[in-house]
Amino acid sequence: MRNPITSVRLKSVLEQLATPFVSVLLAFAIGSIVIWAVGYDPILAWTSLLKGAFGDARRLGDTMLRATPLIFTGLAVAYGFRAGLFNIGAEGQLFLGGLSAAWLGLLVVDLPRGIGIAIMLVAGALAGAAWAFIPALLKARVGAHEVITTMMFTFIGRYLVSYLVTGPLKAEGQIPQTVKLAPETMIPKFSETFGIDFGRAHWGFVIGIAVCVLMWWILKYTTTGYEARAVGFNQWAAETGGVSVSRTIIKSLCISGALAGLAGVVEVIGVQGRLFDQFSSGFGFTGIAVALLARNNPLGVIAAAILFGALSAGAGTMQLEADVPQKVIFIIQALVIFFVAADQIAKWVLSPFKRKGAENA
Amino acid sequence: MASPLLELRNITKRFPGVLANDSVSLKLNKGEIVALLGENGAGKSTLMNVVYGLLSPDGGEVFVDGEPVELKSPRQAIDLGIGMVHQHFMLIEPLTVTENIVLGNEPTTAGVIDIRKARADVVEISERYGLAVDPDAKIIDLPVGAQQRVEILKALYRGARILILDEPTAVLTPQEVKELFGVVRQLVTEGLAVVLITHKLEEVMASSDRVVVMRDGKVVGETKPSDTDMSGLARMMVGREVVFRIEKKPTVCGDTVLNVRNLKVLDDRHLEAVKGMTFDICAGEIVAIAGVSGNGQTQLIEALTGLRKVEEGTISFLGNDITHSSARQTIDAGVSHVPEDRHRRGLVLEFDLAENMILGDHRKPPFTKRGIMDPQAIAQITEERVEEYDVRSPSIRIAAANLSGGNQQKLVLAREVGRNPELLVAAQPTRGLDVGAIEFVHSRILAERDSGKGVLLVSLELEEVQSLADRILVVFEGRIVKEFAAGQASDEELGYFMTGGGGTKLTENSDTEGGESNDA
Ligand SMILES: Nc1ncnc2c1ncn2[C@@H]1O[C@H](COP(=O)(O)OP(=O)(O)OP(=O)(O)O)[C@@H](O)[C@H]1O
Ligand SMILES: [Mg+2]
Repeated sequence: MRNPITSVRLKSVLEQLATPFVSVLLAFAIGSIVIWAVGYDPILAWTSLLKGAFGDARRLGDTMLRATPLIFTGLAVAYGFRAGLFNIGAEGQLFLGGLSAAWLGLLVVDLPRGIGIAIMLVAGALAGAAWAFIPALLKARVGAHEVITTMMFTFIGRYLVSYLVTGPLKAEGQIPQTVKLAPETMIPKFSETFGIDFGRAHWGFVIGIAVCVLMWWILKYTTTGYEARAVGFNQWAAETGGVSVSRTIIKSLCISGALAGLAGVVEVIGVQGRLFDQFSSGFGFTGIAVALLARNNPLGVIAAAILFGALSAGAGTMQLEADVPQKVIFIIQALVIFFVAADQIAKWVLSPFKRKGAENA
Repeated sequence: MASPLLELRNITKRFPGVLANDSVSLKLNKGEIVALLGENGAGKSTLMNVVYGLLSPDGGEVFVDGEPVELKSPRQAIDLGIGMVHQHFMLIEPLTVTENIVLGNEPTTAGVIDIRKARADVVEISERYGLAVDPDAKIIDLPVGAQQRVEILKALYRGARILILDEPTAVLTPQEVKELFGVVRQLVTEGLAVVLITHKLEEVMASSDRVVVMRDGKVVGETKPSDTDMSGLARMMVGREVVFRIEKKPTVCGDTVLNVRNLKVLDDRHLEAVKGMTFDICAGEIVAIAGVSGNGQTQLIEALTGLRKVEEGTISFLGNDITHSSARQTIDAGVSHVPEDRHRRGLVLEFDLAENMILGDHRKPPFTKRGIMDPQAIAQITEERVEEYDVRSPSIRIAAANLSGGNQQKLVLAREVGRNPELLVAAQPTRGLDVGAIEFVHSRILAERDSGKGVLLVSLELEEVQSLADRILVVFEGRIVKEFAAGQASDEELGYFMTGGGGTKLTENSDTEGGESNDA
């Protein structure tokens, strides 16, 4: 009895991994054709992309740096999806998280570094959750769709930050931005810790991975995660089983918002040291793609975020060495998203293998 | 002799850990009804899904009109004249009857759907086969009987010559069943061939020309209704004698478990569906609600289980007022609920057996302590109950969606009865179960009663009501119109009151179906 069961489980894990993997491969294959068609060398492009993303400690650091906010936003969107909620407004929650960190960072200077960082992380998570709370409430009470409401709150959040950095929170000088935080309040950089030049990569990356593992565990082993998944799959059955659907919706969207809020915190106290209008280059939206590629699995988010981080980190080197315009990376990203969304294509590519597998079983 | 319309040779289909079809061969001739019989999980639906192109077999061949065919998709099966009505319907709920029927074969003028022609076509075939439906009604507003007629019309519209009906009668009232078989008879005289999957042996005896019996993925026998009887069929299926009607001791009525007073409940459209019901259930008693579906049963159950708001009246359970309790409070108080629709309310199909087994108890020890689940405790209890209720699955780590229909039902029962409630509210508890499993479930329900629990049984099957109930409440249009003690009423009497007490209404029922659907 044991054997077939473990093989069933192993098989389903492999199956889950196969589709996104093939989607990525397909994206690179089509990308190669595009690069070749416009007159460049795809092999050279990819090798230089790889070099640019992982070639040395500094470049590896750049990949990690770029992956860090995406881990949090990807996780935020993925968690929402697991509860059947499309949190398209991670960007807004991220801004609120960043805002709270930029403000609190000035107040915690006298505290020990670890405690200060912990306070800012918790506060940023709460700020993100708070920004998701009203859309969550509207969804749970009157059924207002979260795609509309969280998006609207993104606009409100962005303009709020815009206003604050040009007005009340503006630092001295020409540029609309907040006061730079003291280095002692910031998340330590890998370079500081290890004495190796990892560029601007910081411990936020590790915090992100830890939070992914935590959320994976929560989804799998706690009633909170169980109820979120139950509502996400079948809210009628969940309701019949005594799960309060509206409470679960509120809780799940707030958790999603909290995770997005953390992305804002780590950007402010890990990288920028301050808040300004453009401190996020659409991390909240890229998070949607990350979650899609990860198939909403928190552990998959780590890999997917690193892939997206590597793509943008390596793009510069690719342009420099293979002469391929950086913008090609956008094509690759779009292709990855396309093939993940249209996963039937990847499944079709895989189907001959599956047939064989079944016959051998 | 002409070649059979459909022939299967050595069809084999494996799922991870299960050999669902093991070299199955089957012939189907023009103008015959073949009943496909077998225990839950025997592989009937799987075999027919292969024929319909939904599953690709690991081995074997399919012949249509003597020609080998490769069925890679339902599209190909449909083009070859194969139609299937699934165990769980596959209609698109927000669309209308017409839209559902023509979907995939829409008549077009210059590339635009000609909905007027589509509607006319639908009216035409529905009249030709005597399958009355309102072409403009939305599926979601239709009772199941009408939904099924839509499914059949859909197959006929696509020109089916081979019609596969997977447990078509599981959700129908006796009247609708009669009509269905009338239609099926007419179809075969017109030259169609029908495969009928059912667990109701009397239907097999009455309607089929030939019976093929499956067990554990293999064909284990073939017979004709004229050469056997119901116990013979049951023996072939289960491999042992089956008791159809179980003995029950007279009941000893204890304290009042459930006390319902003047209950009024609205339906989704804010119309009064339960219009003042009053009844009691005592410890050690099975009370059955008998009625045609759509007479307030669903809303009554939902009100009792905390899923629907009570407008007026009171519900008290073991002396405590639970009129406005939530579903969770009701479960915690000791009320179990077997919902009538296992796919909608009964199961989270994507969850595995273990996750489904704890739904409702998922916050309580031993499954959960301080919000953290204990996978080992969950697995252990799941294994025990799966064993006890004979839920057939290669592993408890398999999604409930992959179980056969009857095994899904057993999973719900294992959870709800296994919880050991003070009151069991069971709607259609044996829907889709094989005769052996029905025998087991009935004996479990009786055991609950004998150990002093209360049972509220809601069933469309008069058989079931008659053999289990200590007291029968007949409901009609949201009211209890008649009460009988066990063994006091004949099926005819029950039918009379179920249809409003007007003697003629019983036969007119089919004609008023359209009207009924509006207030269902
Ligand atoms: N998609 C699937 N994945 C894995 N196993 C499956 C799948 N579908 C069916 N099975 C397994 O194949 C076996 C046969 O299932 P099938 O649905 O054909 O039974 P059935 O004869 O129709 O039973 P029932 O009377 O309960 O509907 C069962 O053991 C079931 O668990
Ligand atoms: Mg079946």
